Amino acid sequence: MNDTSQGCGSNCSCKGGGGARDDSLFSRRNLLKGGAMTLGAAAFAKALSPLAHWTREETSVEEFLQKHYRELTKIDLELVLKRLEKDAKENYGTDVTITDHRPQKGVKFGYALNLSICIGCRRCAEACHHENNHDRATSNSYIRVLEMTKGSMDMEKGNVHYDHPVPHPDRFYMPVQCQQCDNPPCVDVCPVEATWKEEDGIVVVDYNWCIGCRYCEAACPYHARRFNWKKPVIPKDEINPNQSYLSNRIRPQGVMEKCTFCLHRTRDGRMPACLEACPTGARVFGNLLDPHSEIRKVIDTKRVFVLKEELGTRPSFFYFFDE
Amino acid sequence: MTRGIGKIAFGGIVAFIGLYFVTALAWTWYSSEKRPDPDKPGQRIAEGPVPAPPHPVVIRQPDGKVMVDSGRRDARGEPVMVACATCHDTRPPEPSLHSSSELDEFHQGLTYAHGELSCLSCHNANDYDTLKLANGQAVDFSASMSLCAQCHGPQFRDYRNGSHGGMQGHWDLTRGGRTRNTCIDCHDPHHPAFPQVMPVFPPMPERGETLPHAHHE
Repeated sequence: MNDTSQGCGSNCSCKGGGGARDDSLFSRRNLLKGGAMTLGAAAFAKALSPLAHWTREETSVEEFLQKHYRELTKIDLELVLKRLEKDAKENYGTDVTITDHRPQKGVKFGYALNLSICIGCRRCAEACHHENNHDRATSNSYIRVLEMTKGSMDMEKGNVHYDHPVPHPDRFYMPVQCQQCDNPPCVDVCPVEATWKEEDGIVVVDYNWCIGCRYCEAACPYHARRFNWKKPVIPKDEINPNQSYLSNRIRPQGVMEKCTFCLHRTRDGRMPACLEACPTGARVFGNLLDPHSEIRKVIDTKRVFVLKEELGTRPSFFYFFDE
Repeated sequence: MTRGIGKIAFGGIVAFIGLYFVTALAWTWYSSEKRPDPDKPGQRIAEGPVPAPPHPVVIRQPDGKVMVDSGRRDARGEPVMVACATCHDTRPPEPSLHSSSELDEFHQGLTYAHGELSCLSCHNANDYDTLKLANGQAVDFSASMSLCAQCHGPQFRDYRNGSHGGMQGHWDLTRGGRTRNTCIDCHDPHHPAFPQVMPVFPPMPERGETLPHAHHE
């Protein structure tokens, strides 16, 4: 008890008023240390601050625990679709129908494009933009129309930013979208198997499984994949309500997306939106396994070629010129 | 003796643990090789549709009677349309005429750029409400495709193969029909080359997007 009655006690470092000592609380060394630690903490907080501005919607527990699409049971999937429809209603204020369109037996999709007929009007890209519920501000589309100099087939030399009456007499126009490769490099590189090739040849993405690493974007030799840098903004009266889980439902931020040959239409037997929008009829779509289909007639009777054949990707998308 | 029993018991435990691991491994392998479960949506292939009678392919038809704008307006401001026969019934045909600029009146401003054809190559001098094939046979305006096909064989062949001409509807005709354009939906018969248009929907480079190298003239 005697000890405590003297000053602030013997364990205290200030030792009864000897404030100028080296090991005291407010010594030069401790002040410098404290200052450095404060600065360090401030720098750390500043470095993490982008996370606070990360606008990805909070992940619900169900969303976080959702299994991979291919591991969902029928009941699970129904609940997931219900939840996604509810989310769309909350986020975009409109009623949408999200369905699970499955491949049809005996069907493998193929697409062909007549480069002699395409005039480069970009109506296909526009139709894709609206059909697939793309972000309005970025004018995103799964189709890129390349203006090519006659005599070259190198798509890397194509120009997408042409702005003059088309077709220019010295140019030809080559729309490029996902080629739905039979040997897809984008699928090989995915570290989480969030993208795969389905039985009808469509390469799809489970947007809820994708981690957004963009390896597939880098791997695609056709520049066909797109990344959702931010949450898509679409006026509610412009949203296409006919949606599919693997296709045109509004994608969350931070995931990859790609052309699915409009599987929400084509798996119902309908034509893709880009084909219906084409004013010149340059596009031919159909079932490669049906020997009487239009696409097979094109492959049988036209001199078709594929892009970057030397890479061995084996596309299901064919180009041809009229003789 | 007790040491011997202990050894056996120890060996038994080791063997049991080993067996457990082997079983677990085999089970993992078996479940990964399992046949597609029909209850799992990702692996199921939807049954093909029951073979149904194919739906129709409708080719858009030009409107029945062809009328020509007289250039005059009626009391309500509507253009006065005139049937071909109104004038042509009483005028002698001009077989050598190639362009509307050679006319003194009517059909003025009609752009004409269709090879070396003359008006009466396609129009029927005996009945201006119909067209005429090369063999002289009259065809209705709604059947103009057979007229075009006389010269444009490759295009007609491609059209019949489904690789020429725009369309809407179903690729799978067992599930729905299809509407196809006819020749004159895209090609004006008097100047059939597809016109130049301004491209729509200019693309914007996305952040971080790897655009193919753009070249400039």
